[in-house]
Amino acid sequence: MRAWRRFSPLQTALRLLARLGAAVVLLWALRGMDIRWEFVSDSPAQMGDLLGRMFPPDWAFAGEVVDPLVQTINIATVGTILAVLLSIPVAFLAARNTTFNRATYALGRLVMSVSRSVDSLIWALIFIIVVGPGSLAGALAVGVRSIGFVSKLFAEGIEEIDRGQVEAIVATGAGRFKVLLYGIVPQIRPVFAGVCIYRWDINIRESTVLGIVGAGGIGFVLNTAILGLEWSRVGLILLVILGVVVVSEALSAYFRKRVA
Amino acid sequence: MMRMSRPTVVTEWRRPSAFPARWMGPALGLGLAAFVLWNLLSLQVDPARVSRGLGRAWIVFGRAFPPDWSRWELLVEGVIESLQMAALSTALGVLIATPVAVMAARNFSPLGVYAVGRGIISLGRTFHEIIVAILFVKAVGFGPFAGMLTLTWGSIGFFGKLLAEQIENIDRGQVEAIRATGAGPGAVLVFGVLPQVLPRFVGLTIYQWDIHLRQSAIIGIVGAGGIGTTLYNSFARYDYDFSLAILLVIVAIVLLGEAVSAAARRRIQ
Amino acid sequence: MLEVAGLVKAYPGGDQVLRGVSLTVKATEVVFVIGPSGAGKSTLIRCINRLVEPDAGSVRLDGVEITRLTGAELRRARRHMAMIFQEFNLVERLTVMENVLSGRLGYVGLWQAWRRRFPPEDVELAFETLKRVGLSGFENKRADELSGGQRQRVGIARALVQRPKILLVDEPTSSLDPKTSEAVMALITRLAAEEQIPALINIHDVPLARQFAQRILGLNQGVFVFEGTPEDLTPAVLDLIYAGAGEELTSALGALSVSDTGV
Repeated sequence: MRAWRRFSPLQTALRLLARLGAAVVLLWALRGMDIRWEFVSDSPAQMGDLLGRMFPPDWAFAGEVVDPLVQTINIATVGTILAVLLSIPVAFLAARNTTFNRATYALGRLVMSVSRSVDSLIWALIFIIVVGPGSLAGALAVGVRSIGFVSKLFAEGIEEIDRGQVEAIVATGAGRFKVLLYGIVPQIRPVFAGVCIYRWDINIRESTVLGIVGAGGIGFVLNTAILGLEWSRVGLILLVILGVVVVSEALSAYFRKRVA
Repeated sequence: MMRMSRPTVVTEWRRPSAFPARWMGPALGLGLAAFVLWNLLSLQVDPARVSRGLGRAWIVFGRAFPPDWSRWELLVEGVIESLQMAALSTALGVLIATPVAVMAARNFSPLGVYAVGRGIISLGRTFHEIIVAILFVKAVGFGPFAGMLTLTWGSIGFFGKLLAEQIENIDRGQVEAIRATGAGPGAVLVFGVLPQVLPRFVGLTIYQWDIHLRQSAIIGIVGAGGIGTTLYNSFARYDYDFSLAILLVIVAIVLLGEAVSAAARRRIQ
Repeated sequence: MLEVAGLVKAYPGGDQVLRGVSLTVKATEVVFVIGPSGAGKSTLIRCINRLVEPDAGSVRLDGVEITRLTGAELRRARRHMAMIFQEFNLVERLTVMENVLSGRLGYVGLWQAWRRRFPPEDVELAFETLKRVGLSGFENKRADELSGGQRQRVGIARALVQRPKILLVDEPTSSLDPKTSEAVMALITRLAAEEQIPALINIHDVPLARQFAQRILGLNQGVFVFEGTPEDLTPAVLDLIYAGAGEELTSALGALSVSDTGV
């Protein structure tokens, strides 16, 4: 009888080798975790205890959460506006059809990469050094962090502009500014609006934690409650964060559908 | 012929409104402007404080240059820890998220199971990884293990959601053909579904690793290990020149990880 | 022997696709079903192996009532009803051999399926069947490397290795050019005769049905409106079968000139 194997012996050996390699890497990584098993064996109980303390949440604390919550929204909104303002020039530099030369294109891309590869929490640490703890540092962190995302999508929108429509407006004898207004802006406006709303939604989520490093908002209250081991307050704050994230996501989805 | 009771000459044209009623556009704009203004005002930016801050910024940046590479052993240690956390959490996360994704694929699961799957995914996505990290640090103590668990938790939402979408998009005909041979549900998954999603699965796994590598740089801020811990300690000790070195390394790692992941995914697809 | 009686199916929110369909396919008989698209041909076949659940009626294969089976019983019954598809429905990213062997999935455990460890006699059967459909040496090619005709041959091989009691064939040639269509149809009918298994074949192409059929059923709007031999298919009968689908009659007959001159 004829035999059939999905893989030749060489392939089988290579696959085995690859798996062994992966196993070795994972084992090495596991060793690096320096797990203290007495903690781990205890952790389900710890977790259960933690959750037990969080519920029921401390509703009386709700009044003191309102202000930080408002601050969180402020940070996200101002940060988004800042990001959009800074992103427009970056996007025009980083779009192939509007940049001046290779150097400006590279500059645009560099700004984009650096902004995106440093997380907003790290930006917050940096801005706290510069302007001190508080919402301003948070808004700056959110703004700078968002430039990469916003300008990348803006630049893609600009690169997708239909030349024909611009040409047609130029052909009417319109000046540069009028061409921009009638030929380019209508084409990129939906993309821009969608990106702004989307990023605002992401920024709300990010702003909820900035306070943990001292950059204002509800995260600050969260951190205080955790440090003070006031778990029923932590439970409440987590619920509030959950609510804000869900609502902003729903709002963002609704408005994005409208502008598309 | 049209009835010409009154000669009407239209001399005015206005752009139609995008909203059901014309007043809604300006109202929304006005509301938005008021919202923005309120946000700006409530930030309470104090010009004196800003100018003082800018002065201090000069000093800080002066102290940060040139970056200090003398403690490179610490840096390498942090990077290795981040790599280890990312590798383990990706393997573990994918292992856990895959069955969740099958549950959350509408074309595969009955409504009840589907709802549970979607529920688990939402749970995994709701909270920022830093909050999850805080809770895990409380549960298993400081160190990379807590960070690894945090990243794994994040996989359930992220990987689970994207894989479920892939499963929902497969060609039904191929699955139908396998079902028609009398194969059981497991064999249908192995022969009908897996071959179709495998390239995407590998691609998503690499992407997930890339994202975990990024996240490992920040959850260290709350004590969950990795290069983030090293960075946070340097900030706390005002070693800004060392901080800059770490930041440069983080940027390099993130860009490198992104490049590796993009190249690998291109080759697979 | 396949006995279908009073089969009814309506999709949610739609009209009835099958409105009481009855038919019998005897021991080694090949039955062709023609009719306009939307007449319910595909639904009929899928209701027999219950890829689509019928609303009412009965389906009996060698005396076993298929409509009452559940879970594992149904899967056991499906092993005896091999299906060939319009779009071939090969698992594109698997090799030809894996696709053919998938016809044996109902007989092996999950672990064997995962490891691709099929019993030696199954592998031998697969090799043998590939030879019979003219694809010897193709076993390690990936399905998406093959031409349409080759893919359908793999589909036929997959069906045959099930060692079925009946072939359910859903428009096997709709995705193929006329010449390949004829070759594929010849292969299906020849193999069914050699294996002495009956077949129920949906087909859109009337000339092809005429060429290969002994018995033809005409389905229109969920009911059979004709039963007879190819000779009985007069223009008047065709008008009846394709009533309300004038353009489709032209398209169904369109291949006529091609295959007539081709032979």
